[in-house]
Amino acid sequence: MASEHPRANLPPLTLHVPEPRFRPGDAADFVAVEVPPAGAAPRPDSAAEPRGMSELAYSLVRVLDDDNRAVGPWDPRLSPDALRRLLADMVRLRAFDERMFRAQRQGKTSFYMKATGEEAVAVAAAHALDRDDMCFPSYRQQGLLIARGYPLVDMMNQIYSNTADKLGGKQLPIMYSAKDFGFFSISGNLTTQYPQAVGWAMASAAKGDTRIAAVWCGEGSTAEGDFHSACTFASVYRAPVVMNIVNNQWAISSFSGFAGAEATTFAARAIGYGIAGLRVDGNDALAVYAATQWAAERARTNCGPTLIEHFTYRAEGHSTSDDPTQYRSAGEPTAWPLGDPIARLKAHLIQIGEWDEDRHAAQDKAIAEDVRAAQKAAEKNGILGHGLHQPLDSLFDGVFEEMPWHLREQRQMMLDEEAASGRPWARK
Amino acid sequence: MGAQVSDIVTETGNGTEAPATTRMNMIQAINSAMDVVMARDPDVIVMGEDVGYFGGVFRATAGLQSKYGKTRVFDTPITEIGIIGVAIGMGAYGLRPVPEIQFADYIYPALDQLVSEAARLRYRSAGEFTAPITVRSPYGGGIFGGQTHSQSPEGIFTHVSGIKTVIPATPYDAKGLLIAAIEDNDPVLFLEPKRIYNGPFNGHWDKPAENWSKHPGGEVPTGHYTVPLGQAKVVRAGEALTVLCYGTMVHVCERAVAEAGVDAEIVDLRTLIPLDIDAIEASVKKTGRCMIVHEATRTGGFGAELSALVQERCFYHLEAPIERVTGFDTPYPHSLEWAYFPGPVRIAQALKKIMKD
Ligand SMILES: Cc1ncc(C[n+]2csc(CCOP(=O)(O)OP(=O)(O)O)c2C)c(N)n1
Ligand SMILES: [Mg+2]
Repeated sequence: MASEHPRANLPPLTLHVPEPRFRPGDAADFVAVEVPPAGAAPRPDSAAEPRGMSELAYSLVRVLDDDNRAVGPWDPRLSPDALRRLLADMVRLRAFDERMFRAQRQGKTSFYMKATGEEAVAVAAAHALDRDDMCFPSYRQQGLLIARGYPLVDMMNQIYSNTADKLGGKQLPIMYSAKDFGFFSISGNLTTQYPQAVGWAMASAAKGDTRIAAVWCGEGSTAEGDFHSACTFASVYRAPVVMNIVNNQWAISSFSGFAGAEATTFAARAIGYGIAGLRVDGNDALAVYAATQWAAERARTNCGPTLIEHFTYRAEGHSTSDDPTQYRSAGEPTAWPLGDPIARLKAHLIQIGEWDEDRHAAQDKAIAEDVRAAQKAAEKNGILGHGLHQPLDSLFDGVFEEMPWHLREQRQMMLDEEAASGRPWARK
Repeated sequence: MGAQVSDIVTETGNGTEAPATTRMNMIQAINSAMDVVMARDPDVIVMGEDVGYFGGVFRATAGLQSKYGKTRVFDTPITEIGIIGVAIGMGAYGLRPVPEIQFADYIYPALDQLVSEAARLRYRSAGEFTAPITVRSPYGGGIFGGQTHSQSPEGIFTHVSGIKTVIPATPYDAKGLLIAAIEDNDPVLFLEPKRIYNGPFNGHWDKPAENWSKHPGGEVPTGHYTVPLGQAKVVRAGEALTVLCYGTMVHVCERAVAEAGVDAEIVDLRTLIPLDIDAIEASVKKTGRCMIVHEATRTGGFGAELSALVQERCFYHLEAPIERVTGFDTPYPHSLEWAYFPGPVRIAQALKKIMKD
């Protein structure tokens, strides 16, 4: 059927299918990645028109230079204390990820996802936002919770679906929800949070509130229609929202080219919508902080939304279900030209004389101890591997505010079933 | 109709047969179906998230890109509505796309292209344009996938006129049905019961998992054959009652029936739309009792349609009210997965009830 039409005497068309530069077995380099010097990007007034700042969507806002100094107009000039807090939260996040990844491997839970190499993205943003700004995360922004002081033990309780899990075992591990911490319930369906964040921000504006919203998705997720709907609404209503794209180069096995990265940057998506777009070194905690602060200021002063692309690298697998050696070069993580966000901030603190290796080692130890203690406490409440911890009938809670007859009937059916099974399914 | 499990290998309905067989699990059978069709028809293309170089998160498309090239097997951007819309456009050109939706839970973003477009194209263009696409997607629970890696959305699509809905229960059927689906000129939703990709799960989650190596349905021809769409299969002949089921539930029902010692006739529907109503009618009229089992939520599920059909056509033969065994009308809970899953106990209770009446 496809070849019924006679071919015209013209050059044949060809289909372009993107291909990453490196596959397993290849030696990876990133010479194709342009890394402009730190401090080079201009910093417009936060009230400036988007039209005049298109360049920022193609360059890279960087603060920390090769000598670990903070340079240029985007330097947020944080106090040494603030820098140390930022560093500590990133270290805490990495330690937490390590432990929970291992817990999954030990069979204590079904699933885990790390943010290794991307710690600055969520942590520095949380430090730059106000505590009562509302966050709409993807599954890789656990750093927001950690930076906002959400108890590690509660995160672990959720990961273990145990008796103390605030979500009652109903959600996949890491799909947290923490309203008191300004952290929206995470969805398993990609990018649904994008228009929701814009809606929250529009509501805040409509009510004359002062709070703004922030939202995150991966670069792969920008392909979903929800992303584009969100940008349109944000632009039309000048919603007070900070929209973050975490470009960690990979979406499971698909490199960023399958989301459009061969043609342009993700920050440049902003230009078509007439909103401010920034492209930021996502492994530079100070650049992330500064960009977030600038975008938040813009939103707070009714100057509208900002789209920030955080240029970073997913240093490990997509999740505990993934094996990245199947589809990308093993050399990529170490070849990544923008370094490691923790190492860079640490080196900066040492460079300005506010930190040293001994203090860092001591902090590593103390944090590891905290995480271990939290894990111990969480495991007292049970782990997924050890049966069911929720009262069986809780399965029907939360479908509706009030339970209709058919759910009450089904609940009874289930309880009868349990009795008939002779098996103690519910461990109260 | 009327075949026993043991002669499943030779039963291909009206389809063509290939002699050489080998053991396959369901993933390998699905992979082999695409391989065989792609080798025969250069217009068949495979597309979806992570299906290209990597070969799919469940490995169903492994090896196809290196064999057939990137213009026939390619990764796509993460946009389900884009994937289905593009597949429809390729179909309009004359290709035969086989898009994968990574999990059935992620099919919802594609609903408009499936419901308003793929399902309506033939009707609204008086046959000028059609959508000969086969949308593959793993569905169902039992893998601790939580709310968004566990759903059974078949009832949403059987409710839409214009989409065929197919669900295999063995590697043999998976391959034969998938080939038939791809070669069919109408849009087909091919839902793959991922809990039985590796073995015929019988509902006893606390016992060691079986694989396909000993199941007769794991013996699969290496070449081209079809299991025609629209034909159910009697996987166990019996006199006491009829059990209508599909996908994972076929194996759970077989086990539950064996444990209960009931002489049930188990009918694997295999295709929900178009439904093999003759097979259903013949069986229920013979046994006088009907139990319907699916993993999907109960209200408005495909079981409701089956129940209505049986009541309309077999009312005077029924000796007991029709029983439905289903998932509950809640999202799929992570830790309480086995309390949700319609397993052996729920089925046994229903068996007791329907045989008592
Ligand atoms: C609607 C939908 N489609 C597909 C998936 C399956 N899926 C989960 S994560 C993922 C990749 C996302 O990549 P990216 O947006 O780059 O985020 P990253 O994982 O890199 O943080 C895919 C395809 C999903 N969860 N939801
Ligand atoms: Mg990514």
